[in-house]
Amino acid sequence: MDLTILWFWIIAFMFIGYFVLDGFDFGVGMSLPFLGKDDTDRRVLINTIGPVWDLNETWVIVAGASLFAAFPEWYATMFSGFYLPLLLILVALILRGVSFEYRHQRPESSWKKWFDGLIIVGSAVPAFLWGVAFANIVRGVKLNANHDYIGTLFDLLNPYALLGGITTLLLFFVHGVVFVSLKTEGDIRLRARKLATKAGIVTILAAATFLAWTTLAYGTVASALLAALAAALLLASFLANLRGAERLAFALMAGTIGLVVLTLFSSLFPEVMPASNNPANSLTIANASSSTYTLGVISWTALIAMPVILLYQGWTYWVFRKRIGRAHIDLAVH
Amino acid sequence: MNEWLDPLLLSRWQFGLTTMYHFIFVPLTIGMALTVAIFQSAWVRTDKAKYLQLTHFFGKIFLINVAMGVVTGIVQEFQFGMNWSDYSRFVGDVFGAPLAFEGIVAFFLEATFIGLWIFGWDKLPKKIHLGTIWMTVVGSIASAYFILAANAFMQNPIAYTINEEKGRAELTSIWELLTNPIAIAAFPHTIFACFMVSAGLIISVAAWHLYRNQHLDTMRPALKFGLWMMVIAGVLTTLAGDQLGLAMVDAQPMKMAAAEALYHTATGANASFSVFTLGTPDGVHELFSVRIPYLLSFLSTHTFDGTVEGINNLQAQYVTLYGPGDYTPTIWITYWAFRWMIGLGLAHMLVAVAGLWLTRGGRSPKRTWVWKVAIWSFPMSLLAMSVGWVFTEMGRQPWLVFGLMRTADGISPGVTGVEILISLIVFSLLYGILAVVEFKLILKAVQKGPDDAPVQDAESGAHQHAVTVY
Repeated sequence: MDLTILWFWIIAFMFIGYFVLDGFDFGVGMSLPFLGKDDTDRRVLINTIGPVWDLNETWVIVAGASLFAAFPEWYATMFSGFYLPLLLILVALILRGVSFEYRHQRPESSWKKWFDGLIIVGSAVPAFLWGVAFANIVRGVKLNANHDYIGTLFDLLNPYALLGGITTLLLFFVHGVVFVSLKTEGDIRLRARKLATKAGIVTILAAATFLAWTTLAYGTVASALLAALAAALLLASFLANLRGAERLAFALMAGTIGLVVLTLFSSLFPEVMPASNNPANSLTIANASSSTYTLGVISWTALIAMPVILLYQGWTYWVFRKRIGRAHIDLAVH
Repeated sequence: MNEWLDPLLLSRWQFGLTTMYHFIFVPLTIGMALTVAIFQSAWVRTDKAKYLQLTHFFGKIFLINVAMGVVTGIVQEFQFGMNWSDYSRFVGDVFGAPLAFEGIVAFFLEATFIGLWIFGWDKLPKKIHLGTIWMTVVGSIASAYFILAANAFMQNPIAYTINEEKGRAELTSIWELLTNPIAIAAFPHTIFACFMVSAGLIISVAAWHLYRNQHLDTMRPALKFGLWMMVIAGVLTTLAGDQLGLAMVDAQPMKMAAAEALYHTATGANASFSVFTLGTPDGVHELFSVRIPYLLSFLSTHTFDGTVEGINNLQAQYVTLYGPGDYTPTIWITYWAFRWMIGLGLAHMLVAVAGLWLTRGGRSPKRTWVWKVAIWSFPMSLLAMSVGWVFTEMGRQPWLVFGLMRTADGISPGVTGVEILISLIVFSLLYGILAVVEFKLILKAVQKGPDDAPVQDAESGAHQHAVTVY
């Protein structure tokens, strides 16, 4: 296979990794006001992702660096073009990340409330904006001949992109809530299941609309199949959650998110950032990619390192496989 | 356009600010991970409670920093594309590879194992848990190598060819790129300097408690450890810095000339190193100066009769090479940053040697000022490291990639000054507030001191929950 095409799919894989993993972190963060009745509950919630949020977030750094190395033009256009949304994402991720560490440093409830608020907002903002960003890429943005973005901020806030944002926000929310039901015990586990059902209905509606819109406006045969499959898995996840099959529901949510990302990438293919104003200005796999030599070098690295990475990351999840309950929190010395 | 909204100036300020800030947490992550790993190894080996107490105590300080290191690191990764898109387009084929390596090989390792370490105390066997902190150390040091290799390309571009059709630099040899002489020299210099900063932190913390005559059983060994770490890391930083100086004279003679504010080419005794100079603000005319003859010659060439090229000479050469323009960095910054870096670094080694002497054989100095000097070790060693970065990055100017791309040509043409001003203000405010919170939290953790020796559960051997739960 042509290395440039291989890397297009590796980039898709990296973003799938990021959205599937940090996606449930965002969901858990957003679930604080719904599932966290008191401080102990909220600590249970935060501790479900405690050991892993850092490594999950590292996926976005690696995705960004890989994009830079494999498709410098794509990286440059996307990151400079989506300047203010990315700034917001960065601020949100910073506030969320430090809040996990800071909230337990002092016992006062006013102190904790501050950081709970920051965790909620810091989770919701990127969950929404990543959807807006990727929907805009699929929709196409105004680019000049140098591939620089020439639209405005408001061009990015079009109905299709906003729906994309709402879809990722809801998907990540349900993903996180299902994760909570899988990782906790006691009352909170049951409440998480119920919340996943309620939120699931809205999510199915939003995701189905977004996937249909994507298919009709920008789709190919392949993307249509992937979109249908994504919708089917989402529905199956909903049913699995209803029946209390938590592990299955979570796996199906992960599959749904992966398939939504694949739907978007296969709608893009073989472009990477279509120019809506003039097709000649579009960034494609061919004109945005690095040289064959560089792609070869990073291919070998990824090929050797990725299995090891997946192995030790998988091991981490296995080490922390036990459910967490209120009893664990009360035991902890603080 | 209003000069306040000059995208170049704003982008440079933003990059400088966010990078300097990020680099407070980098040396702490690298150095403290090693410190904690050593204390924990000592505990696993000897089973002495004081080492476990030290592991937890410095582990806590370490962890308060880790979150900041991670999240401010994302800003760095995004910023090349956001503010320097023309740079990214031009060098991505070369520069992107070490960044991808850093992410794939180092960051994942660091982030995964730090989580295992924090939350794995009662979930992993003792030795495997110890292994997780050592993996974190390996990951943090590997990431430093890759980022310094990327930076070395900007200082000394090699292993590339220009693709005229695409208008960009393309990588020709990854091996050559990763063994850039500047990277080879800058890596040990930076890593050992990181250890100096951590040693500074340990000395400050230990001295603060010992001055108050408390936690003697843990803080005394901590102080000794910090002092030795400072001396050893200091010597190694100096030796590596010397090598880096030689490589720099080769690759960027202008930087060495700017470090000394040497306008005219000088040889032998005339190639002197000025310890201190008072001059006109532009640095061109000297009013008063303390000089050590031959020293600049030695630093630049390792001989006493070497020739060091002056700024005026180099400027003329560069005009012939690259066309009309000003190829001189801002001299007062490079001159003073170079001196503060060396001065503060050497001062710390002296402080540490004096500390070892004053505390030999169980002695404890009585004089208040001795302890006060020790308590200032951390901020001062951090300052030494920061001005070192100011020197190396400002000394590269006006180039973004030396000889290939000027800083002015690297910015994002599609991003307006207003947008960059917004982000600069947002980052300044956010980082400022977080600095205050962070400082207070660390101070609180430091002042609280180590917890009492944790009681060991007789049956399970489980020790503690101190750092296991958010």
